[in-house]
Amino acid sequence: MELFEQTAASLAADIKSKKVSAKEVTDALLARIDAHDKNIGAFTCIDAEGARAQAAEIDSRIAKGESVGALAGVPVAIKDNIHVTGMPTTCSSKIMKPFVPPYDAFVTKKMREAGAVFLGKTNLDEFAMGSSTENSALQITHNPHDFERVPGGSSGGSAAAVAAGFSPLALGSDTGGSIRAPASFCGCVGLKPTYGVVSRYGLVAFGSSLDQIGPFGRTVEDTALLLSVIAGHDPKDSTSRAEPVDGLNAPLNPSAKGLKIGLPKEYFETDGLSDEVRNSVLAAVDALKSEGAQVQEVSLPMIKYAVPTYYIVATAEASSNLARYDGVHYGSRAEGTDNIIDLFSKTREEGFGPEVKRRIMLGTYVLSAGYYDAYYLRALKVRTRIAQDFDKAFEQVDVIASPVAPDTAFKLGELINDPLAMYLSDIYTISTNLASVPGISVPCGTDSKGMPVGLQLMGRRFEDARLLSTAAAYERLSGWNGKIASL
Amino acid sequence: MGHISKADVQKIALLSRVHLSDEEIDTFSNQLEGILSYMDTLSEVDVNGVEPFISAAGSGNVFREDKAVEGLPREAALKNAPQQGGGFFKVPPVQG
Repeated sequence: MELFEQTAASLAADIKSKKVSAKEVTDALLARIDAHDKNIGAFTCIDAEGARAQAAEIDSRIAKGESVGALAGVPVAIKDNIHVTGMPTTCSSKIMKPFVPPYDAFVTKKMREAGAVFLGKTNLDEFAMGSSTENSALQITHNPHDFERVPGGSSGGSAAAVAAGFSPLALGSDTGGSIRAPASFCGCVGLKPTYGVVSRYGLVAFGSSLDQIGPFGRTVEDTALLLSVIAGHDPKDSTSRAEPVDGLNAPLNPSAKGLKIGLPKEYFETDGLSDEVRNSVLAAVDALKSEGAQVQEVSLPMIKYAVPTYYIVATAEASSNLARYDGVHYGSRAEGTDNIIDLFSKTREEGFGPEVKRRIMLGTYVLSAGYYDAYYLRALKVRTRIAQDFDKAFEQVDVIASPVAPDTAFKLGELINDPLAMYLSDIYTISTNLASVPGISVPCGTDSKGMPVGLQLMGRRFEDARLLSTAAAYERLSGWNGKIASL
Repeated sequence: MGHISKADVQKIALLSRVHLSDEEIDTFSNQLEGILSYMDTLSEVDVNGVEPFISAAGSGNVFREDKAVEGLPREAALKNAPQQGGGFFKVPPVQG
C-alpha cells in the first residue's frame, strides 16, 4: 500500500513505531499533490516548507524518545477560513487579500500540540457561502471522481483533498451542510459535530449560531481521531461546551445491535430526491437492520420550512458578521475614495463576489425596520419548532438516517445561475444546524454514473460518539473501505 | 411580501454599505424577489406562544473573571491594515 493510501490511524502508528518517518509521509503526500492538484484545485496554498519542518521536528522528537501526540507526523489539510499563524487566510475572497493571521485558531493549536503536519489551506465557496465551491473567487475545485462535476461545498477543497489521497485528514466548517454535502459528493466521511463541541475561535464567522468546525477522513475511525484532537472547552468561545463530551476519546463501538434508527418520512417524500440516492440510503439502513438495528418511521414535519428559515437566520447573521470587512483593519481597500462611506461601499463592491453580496443584502433586508418581525423573529420561532421536532423524534429513536443531498454531484456550472435551486440542494443538511444536533455523512455506494452517494446519520445533542460508532458499524458493511478516487 | 423594486435594492445596498452597478441592481431585484417570496412560506407556520430560538449553548450568559491579560502587540494588530501611520489605522476624512 502506498503511503498516500494509508489511513491517519495507521500512519500515526507507523510513524510512532519508526516504521516510516514523518518526513517520508509528508514528502509522499506533497508529491501526490504536486502531480495531481493541477487537475483538481483543492488547495489555495501549499506550505511544503512548513510541512517539512513540522515533520522533521516530529522525527527528531521520536528519535530522542520523547512522547508525541495522537497525530504525530500525520498530514492535515485545513479549510481556508480557519486561521493558522503566518499562513494567509483567504476565505477564497478577494476582500481578504492579503490577510495573514497573527494567531492560531483553537483547533489549529490543538492539532499542533497533537503533532499534526499542516500541508496547506483548501478552497471553499467565498466565506463558506455556497454548495459547490464554485463561489470561490480564487479557483474552481473539481470532483476527484469526475473532473466535470462539483466537489460540493462549501468545504469542497477539503473533501476533494481527502478523496484524492492528498491528505488523510482535513478540517472543514459546516453552517448548513458544508462538511456533509462535499463528503457525500466526494465519497469520504465528514462530521458536523454538535454545536459547542468544537471551539469556533479562529474560524472566520459566517452564521455564528450555526457554524461548527468538523473533521473529514476516508474512514470513520480517522474522522473520530481528528474530532478527539480538536474537541474541547475553550474560554475564548463562550458557546463551546464547558463539560467534557462523553466518549470522544474512547474506541468506537461499531455495532448496530439494539440501536433504534428513525427514517423521517418527510425526507423521503420531498420532490427532487433521486431514486438512486433513495435506494442507496434505504439499502444502507437495511444493512444496519440486518446487524440488529430496529428501524421505524419518524416524523419531522417542519422540514419543509428548514430552507427558508435557514436562509433568513444565516443571512441575518452573515450581514452582521461581514460588516467587519470595511477596508480599514485588514484585507483589501478600494483606491481613490475620498470619504469614509465611499471607502466602505467601494471596498465591499470590489471585494465581495455575487453570492456574498446577495446574502448580505438578504440579511440586511430581513433585519431592517418593518421586516424584522415578519422575517427574522418569525424564523427564530420556526427554528424552535424545528428543534422541537428533533427532540420529539429522539424520544423514540437513537439515530435518524436520511440522504445527505437530493442527488449526487452535479456538473460545474449547472446551478450557479439559479441561487434558489442551489439553496434547495441543502434541504437535508440544514435542519441539523438549526436544531444544533450532530450529523455525519458516510459513503453508501455509487450511482449509475459512478458518483458517490452519502448516508446521513443524525444524533442527539452531544451524542457525537454514538453517531460515529453507528457510522462505523455501517462502514464495515458498506465495502467502501476508505476508497480513494482513481486519478 | 410584494415586489422588490430597484429603489428597494438601492436602499438595502446603502444599508449594507455595498455599492452596486446598475446591472447588479437589476439582477438582485429579480433574485431577491424570488427568494423572499419563497421565505414567505414561513407565514403559514403557527408560532403562537413559541419562544424564539436564541442559542443552543444553553440559556444565560457565560461569565469570566475580569482579569487583564496580554493582548495582541500593536504592530501585530496593525500588520494587516491597508493603510497605517503613527501606530493607528488610517482612513479618509470621516466628515467634511
